[in-house]
Amino acid sequence: MKLSTLLASAALALGLAGGAYADAHGKTKVGFVFVGPVGDGGWTYEHNQGRLAVEKEFGDKVETVFVESVAEGPDSERVMTQMALDGADLIFTTSFGYMDPTINIAAKFPDVKFEHATGYKRADNVSTYSARFYEGRAIQGHIAGKMTKSNVIGYIGSFPIPEVIRGINSAYIHAKKVNPDVEFKIVWAYTWFDPAKEADAAKVLIEQGADVILQHTDSTAPQAAAQEAGNVITFGQASDMAQYAPMPRVSSIIDNWAPYYIARTKAVMDGTWTSTDTWDGIGAGMVGIGEITDAVPAEVKEEALALKASIADGSYHPFTGPLKKQDGSDFLAEGETADDGTLAGMNFYVEGITGDIPN
Amino acid sequence: MDLSSINPVLFVAGFLVAATPLIFAALGELVAEKSGVLNLGVEGMMIIGAICGFATAVETGSPLLGFAAAAVGGAALSLLFAFLTQITLANQVASGLALTLFGLGFSALLGQSYVGVKPPRLAEVNFGPLHDIPVLGPILFSHDIVLYFGFALVVVVWAVLKYTRAGLILRAVGESHDAAHALGFRVVRIRTLAIMFGGACAGLGGAYISLIRVPQWTEGMTAGVGWIALALVVFASWKPWRLLLGAYLFGGITQLQLNLQGAGVAIPVEYLAMSPYIITILVLVVLSADKSAAPASLGRTFHASS
Amino acid sequence: MIRLEKRPQPSQAFSWATPLLAVLATMFFGGLLFAALGKDPVSSIITIFWEPLFGSNAFYYRPQLLIKGAPLVLIAIGLSLGFKAGIWNIGAEGQYIIGAIFGAAVGLAFYPAQSVFIFPLMILAGALGGWLWAMIPAVLKVKFGTNEILVSLMLVYVAEQFLASMALGVLKNPEGFGFPGSRNLQQYASAHNGELIAGSGMHWGVVAAFIAVIFAYVLLARHRLGFAIRVTGEAPRAAKFSGVNPTRLVLFCMGTSGLLAGLAGMFEVAGPAGQITIDFNVGYGFTAIIVAFLGRLHPIGILLAGGLMALTYIGGDIAQSQLGLPAAAIQVFQGMLLFFLLAFDLFTNYRLRFGHREVA
Repeated sequence: MKLSTLLASAALALGLAGGAYADAHGKTKVGFVFVGPVGDGGWTYEHNQGRLAVEKEFGDKVETVFVESVAEGPDSERVMTQMALDGADLIFTTSFGYMDPTINIAAKFPDVKFEHATGYKRADNVSTYSARFYEGRAIQGHIAGKMTKSNVIGYIGSFPIPEVIRGINSAYIHAKKVNPDVEFKIVWAYTWFDPAKEADAAKVLIEQGADVILQHTDSTAPQAAAQEAGNVITFGQASDMAQYAPMPRVSSIIDNWAPYYIARTKAVMDGTWTSTDTWDGIGAGMVGIGEITDAVPAEVKEEALALKASIADGSYHPFTGPLKKQDGSDFLAEGETADDGTLAGMNFYVEGITGDIPN
Repeated sequence: MDLSSINPVLFVAGFLVAATPLIFAALGELVAEKSGVLNLGVEGMMIIGAICGFATAVETGSPLLGFAAAAVGGAALSLLFAFLTQITLANQVASGLALTLFGLGFSALLGQSYVGVKPPRLAEVNFGPLHDIPVLGPILFSHDIVLYFGFALVVVVWAVLKYTRAGLILRAVGESHDAAHALGFRVVRIRTLAIMFGGACAGLGGAYISLIRVPQWTEGMTAGVGWIALALVVFASWKPWRLLLGAYLFGGITQLQLNLQGAGVAIPVEYLAMSPYIITILVLVVLSADKSAAPASLGRTFHASS
Repeated sequence: MIRLEKRPQPSQAFSWATPLLAVLATMFFGGLLFAALGKDPVSSIITIFWEPLFGSNAFYYRPQLLIKGAPLVLIAIGLSLGFKAGIWNIGAEGQYIIGAIFGAAVGLAFYPAQSVFIFPLMILAGALGGWLWAMIPAVLKVKFGTNEILVSLMLVYVAEQFLASMALGVLKNPEGFGFPGSRNLQQYASAHNGELIAGSGMHWGVVAAFIAVIFAYVLLARHRLGFAIRVTGEAPRAAKFSGVNPTRLVLFCMGTSGLLAGLAGMFEVAGPAGQITIDFNVGYGFTAIIVAFLGRLHPIGILLAGGLMALTYIGGDIAQSQLGLPAAAIQVFQGMLLFFLLAFDLFTNYRLRFGHREVA
């Protein structure tokens, strides 16, 4: 009895699911799997803004669904499967840890398109996408190098992974370029999210003489610490953090997923979706540079905007030789630019940064 | 490596601030545990305090009103725990865990419209010339009123527990609820009050994070401070003064490792982050010779007929 | 005047009725909450409780109940033995982590060799890891009389830091382009704890959970040790007279709970999760404490409670995606369920009396 009901419901569900794949339904359904709460004010918040932009763009033609705070591992597989079973046409999985689960589930639903953020594994129905945040870091580095008076720049890292190390290197290269005396103090918070610890890290860096704080953690805690300390400048991270402008926040890197999400949804609607590897930066609008405030002198602002323009149009690459690694070995020859593979797996500091990457 | 870049004065001033949420939360839990109640819901009460305080401060523009609301919010949530454990006689460990789950969820619902909002600042207390004393000035006389209040509260709790009749009754209830009941004390009422005091303190600690130390509101922002507070009570072997010391040690180690990193010292961060917990365990072992430390009725359910 | 009177025997009827009453009360108050959030209360409740079991995609969710519930039940069974005897291991989360690290480390040490002996070795290593981690509070309690609640809790944080260190260091996938996290054991046949029957959700961890339930049932009902556990919890003094060795009991209860938690971690890392990552642990060790109490520390009760918790997780995720309920609302809903279950348990052991207290 039980077995037969099970089989019956399975058959029914498969039938339903099969129906969902056909073009019978009018709305395109887009699912989002989020690693944190949409109220985190940072990473997940910005992905959710992208989702809302999709809704706004397509109105009645699209239906979006999301599940927040989904643990990486079996929970994420279940949530993806559930979305696929409920008829999602396109599913965005927005954390590196969803990589293997996305590949697993995509294999089971060949007609559903998957988009995995920040990973490197693809399939016929799995694309990957990420943002070249290091392009924004170059601009921050330039402003930081020009603005610092103590020549000490504090950097709050989350975990020592390529994404974060790449940002440190990019910022350092461009700070050093305009200010040869500049020194980076790097503190690893060993957490993605702990506002109190981020605040502490910022305070410690300021106490140790830093008058510029760069952060690769998402909360505004370092901004508040800088504001309290007075003459310290910061940059917004993930979101604009405009409530701390014009001081201490003088500019920001904004994760802007909306154009990509809209384009990919459109591709599914048009039937033109194919598996791709997208790594977009300032040019495509995936990395936004928040308004540079008047706390920055006009000529520095102009230089920064010029740098932004040259990165955006592709005439300049933030990792352009000659560059050496921290140990003095050659990294890039004169005029050579780093290829994406090297950038993706970057696990070394460039020459001049002191200290070791913890492991 | 450049250890000279660590400024000892600012370092000390920094961990005084970092320790304050811990002091509040742990002090409240200490009083609850002294009465024989183990409330594992500290994290939940803290986060409720964090959002109640934040929302009230933003709406009224007054951080102090925010702190008052945080205390009320924390105490209100703790009443739920008191109802479960004192009236319906539910297990304290499970009730506390449920309280934390509920508090984390409920605070997120309350705080939906407060993400990204900047709260009003609470100014430093003006000590006039005292502030300018070298070394001592920045360490002792450059903080907000709530930090001093936390310190004062430690003194008050210590004095009340040690010298007053109320403190004696509280300890008696914690040592043997049956004996206390036989002597005519209202065990349930006393414990409920102790739990509410714990909730109010946890709420204040949470608000200190959301209004002063960070200051912002995001879901789950207490990030485990409530659990550290629980450890701290044991570390302090239920003595207010040692609690103060322990809070500075716990706060200090985090500050120290961040300072050392900033100075370029290659330290294994994970292993240093473990150290407060390992030290607490060692302290427990050392203290174990002193059998009188833990309240004898801790975690046990009381019913008058049993 | 209403007052409580202790029943001479726990009421059988109420021990079955109270969980149902609690679920009904949660449905009612949860419905109010969902209505306050502007969602249809009836369809919300149906989505959480009905969809995973009998909805159109139940063929998929039912096996998921096993996957989600198995670690909870496995850990909770171990904990319940100690809880019954008044031995409080609340650090199962840490033992779960260490079990997973030990198990995965053994598996990865053999990579890429294929052998039928690798998986059994991993099981042993996982059990050993959890057992060792639980032995720390146990031995400290026995030797020095330290409080096991606090030591085991402290060790959770130590284990979490150790996990981060492993995921970023020794166990990091050498072919992972520098990203944190180990190799995926799902792609390593000899170490993979896969589904025993495709699509059934049954993996060795589920089997182990069922075995643990039976083992605990028999132990408590038939074995001398089970008797010792029950007597120690109910009347410690009587236990001493009847020759129970408290030291051995502490070591046994802590050890067993650690061992089962370690196994749960090992089966999870080798199966559904696949790899050691910084965020590998998702709170099963703490949720299992709640499951143990919801199940009234009874093996069958724990099995049902584990299923119920798994149901609210799975149903909660469905409700999020289908109805747009925030995750926080689901958390509050689960909190309510626990409150009502805990509160209504009162009626199992006590009855309400109306009227004045007789003069004693």
